[in-house]
Amino acid sequence: MKKHVFFAVFAAFLGLVSVVAAPAFAGAPVDWALGMQPAASSSADRIQDFHDMLMIIITAITIFVTLLLIFVVVRYNRHVNKVPSKVTHNVLLEVIWTVIPIVILIIIAVPSFKVLYKNDRVTSPEMTLKITGYQWYWGYEYPDNDGISFDSRMVADEDIEGDQKRLLSTDNVVVLPVETDIAILVTANDVIHAWAIPAFGVKIDAVPMRTNETWFRIDRPGVYYGQCSEICGKDHSYMPIEIHAVTKEEFKAWTERAKLEFSSNDAVIGDVKLSALAN
Amino acid sequence: MSDDGQEHSHKPGFFARWFMSTNHKDIGTLYIIFSIFAGLIGGLFSMIMRMELQEPGVQLLVDSAGNPDGQLWNMFITAHGLIMVFFVVMPGLIGGFGNWFVPLMIGAPDMAFPRLNNISFWLIVPAFLLLLLSALIGAEVLSPEFWANVDATGVKIGDFFGVGAGTGWTVYPPLSGSAYGHDGMAVDMAIFSLHLAGASSILGAANFITTIFNMRAPGMTLHKMPLFVWSMLITSFLLVLSLPVLGGAITMLLTDRNFGTSFFNPEGGGDPILYQHLFWFFGHPEVYIMILPAFGIMSHIISTFSQRPIFGYLGMAYAMISIGVVGFVVWAHHMYTVGMSVDTRAYFTAATLIIAVPTGIKIFSWIATMWGGSIRFTTPMLWAIGFIFLFTVGGVTGVVLANGGMDVALHDTYYVVAHFHYVLSLGAVFALFAGFYYWIGKMSGRLCPEWMGKLHFWLTFIGVNTVFFPQHFLGLGGMPRRIIDYPDAFEGWNMVSSYGAYLTGIATIWFIFVVFYTLFFGKKASGNYWDVQPQCYTLEWSLSSPPPFHQFEIQPKVK
Repeated sequence: MKKHVFFAVFAAFLGLVSVVAAPAFAGAPVDWALGMQPAASSSADRIQDFHDMLMIIITAITIFVTLLLIFVVVRYNRHVNKVPSKVTHNVLLEVIWTVIPIVILIIIAVPSFKVLYKNDRVTSPEMTLKITGYQWYWGYEYPDNDGISFDSRMVADEDIEGDQKRLLSTDNVVVLPVETDIAILVTANDVIHAWAIPAFGVKIDAVPMRTNETWFRIDRPGVYYGQCSEICGKDHSYMPIEIHAVTKEEFKAWTERAKLEFSSNDAVIGDVKLSALAN
Repeated sequence: MSDDGQEHSHKPGFFARWFMSTNHKDIGTLYIIFSIFAGLIGGLFSMIMRMELQEPGVQLLVDSAGNPDGQLWNMFITAHGLIMVFFVVMPGLIGGFGNWFVPLMIGAPDMAFPRLNNISFWLIVPAFLLLLLSALIGAEVLSPEFWANVDATGVKIGDFFGVGAGTGWTVYPPLSGSAYGHDGMAVDMAIFSLHLAGASSILGAANFITTIFNMRAPGMTLHKMPLFVWSMLITSFLLVLSLPVLGGAITMLLTDRNFGTSFFNPEGGGDPILYQHLFWFFGHPEVYIMILPAFGIMSHIISTFSQRPIFGYLGMAYAMISIGVVGFVVWAHHMYTVGMSVDTRAYFTAATLIIAVPTGIKIFSWIATMWGGSIRFTTPMLWAIGFIFLFTVGGVTGVVLANGGMDVALHDTYYVVAHFHYVLSLGAVFALFAGFYYWIGKMSGRLCPEWMGKLHFWLTFIGVNTVFFPQHFLGLGGMPRRIIDYPDAFEGWNMVSSYGAYLTGIATIWFIFVVFYTLFFGKKASGNYWDVQPQCYTLEWSLSSPPPFHQFEIQPKVK
């Protein structure tokens, strides 16, 4: 991964890297990671390609400024340069250091707008997921799949079992198909929350009485995690998001099962063991 | 005190001098003492936060039953943010150094409105008390029953605090409304605290604008004015234009909470996003309010110790003006994920990127000032060079965050925390320390031993980088802000970050020692103790250290 190389350079140059572990594929954070979680959607791909480019630019700028600082410190300290220059300005130089940053910013802005507009909306989504934030859990509805709906709460520390992750795993997981343009409609019932899945490059605020829309298309099956990303009260740290991305066929099979299991909208079903489907 | 000329000083007695002061230098001193004191409290909050985050799980901030106390955590982050912004950086840079050195640098005997100046300071003290007391309302330790049963329950850190304002420093409704966990008085007290602090700043700003426009020494045209005075003038305009908007927003919040209005209440047809627009219309200029005075201080220090006039003086002044102007039209880059239309986000992306241009002009002009200079590596100069480097790192991550498409991945993660601490905690605070070491001789008449200040610099520089650089990695990995506990994979960098915080804490304790050592045992300072050369001269160096109680009885003239 290019970006890890740039990060390593950037950090090593500041003498701050002690341990560097190459992250394995996961839709979850990994130990000592230096960069982003591996991209698992087209939106995240665009963001990370853009970020790779930004990393080159900002690393170059930081190194350039640091080298200048080192140079003036070495060359123009009072032991080396006893007589200070009397120059007070230089119009050409000042024009140059105004114009070059403008050029760099234009180079940044063009791909930036592409990422922004492409990740914003999809005109004809293949399915829709409706998400509602509550203090402190998420509610999900599948309007295109006979209105499957359920709530999803964090698995408490003492109930963690198997390969569940502390603070990330939920009792009812969101199952979604891969290779599908999925629109999400996000709102909240009490305060503002934010629904985020880093591996998908998605983060959108859940605002009461408003419905926000964005979309993603998941590349590959897997388990993906996210956390509420807007302070929402005392249990803000405890409303994670867990998504199991499965093939279209598996998803169809899941919807048949889920219709029965979640037949009553607010029924809380125990452990639905969806991980078997995901694998 | 009879034959040294001090009999003309008309110094009042202790109480009248410090509690009813109309002297800009005494008020400046009060502001600086206040800022250091508030900084220690705000820093204590950050130490507790880093201790809690050192390991996964919740060890420290638990309620009486031993469960994680998320509300207490939220209150801590809120208090830390509000204290550092409103009661440390602003009083230190604007009230402290601004009051002390704007009149001295323009050759004025005092501020234009000395009594208004006094009110400005004495409004900020109750503001701070209101904020601190908001945390204590309803605390267990205040009830007799608690002490009756204390043997059975033991005392937990949470017992010392009530519900508090656990809203984040942004105080977003509906969370800050009365319906969702903040029904007590705490948020109302925090709002009143901001009202008072805001009124204090507006009055102070009006005072600065009047002083700078009307009381400059003959010959000091605007284009000859020292850059610190320029920075204070621009900062004052930002304050006067932005703070009333905050005042309006939090007043509407107050009536929503208490009088049944629905400005931001969705159930009543109000709009919580409106609050965010109003808040950030203030909040973004606010970050420039904190950093522009820092720019001004840096320009003087770099010029003095490079022994050269500042390179591109006019460019520097107009860069600050353009930062101030553009700073008013970029506010919604704090709100890329709230659901604004994509064209709006595109506009705010473009506008935000533009700010990098004048900021770049400042960085390059400082380096160009050093280029060709004859640099003396004094304590303030070390802080200034550290500032340039850290502000560059914070600046380039700002360019990353400016992009609406990119920000979706980073918004409300630790990447943002790292970014704004690099520009504020390591930018504005470095300017506070740089200004302190540069001017402490002038203000107190005593010199700080160089090695003490340099030790403080290196401890702090290593400490804060260890705190905040790893937070970039945490943010890229997806760790959200404002969480009391994090997934186990984030442990490594959080641990490093916490160790950095402890080092910074040690550096801060050392700083307190240095302050007392300097004030009691420092060598006497001459008028121009840094040997500021004529090409870098500003008027404060023409006075004794400390300056007479009333300076410039004969008006200086500027050629």
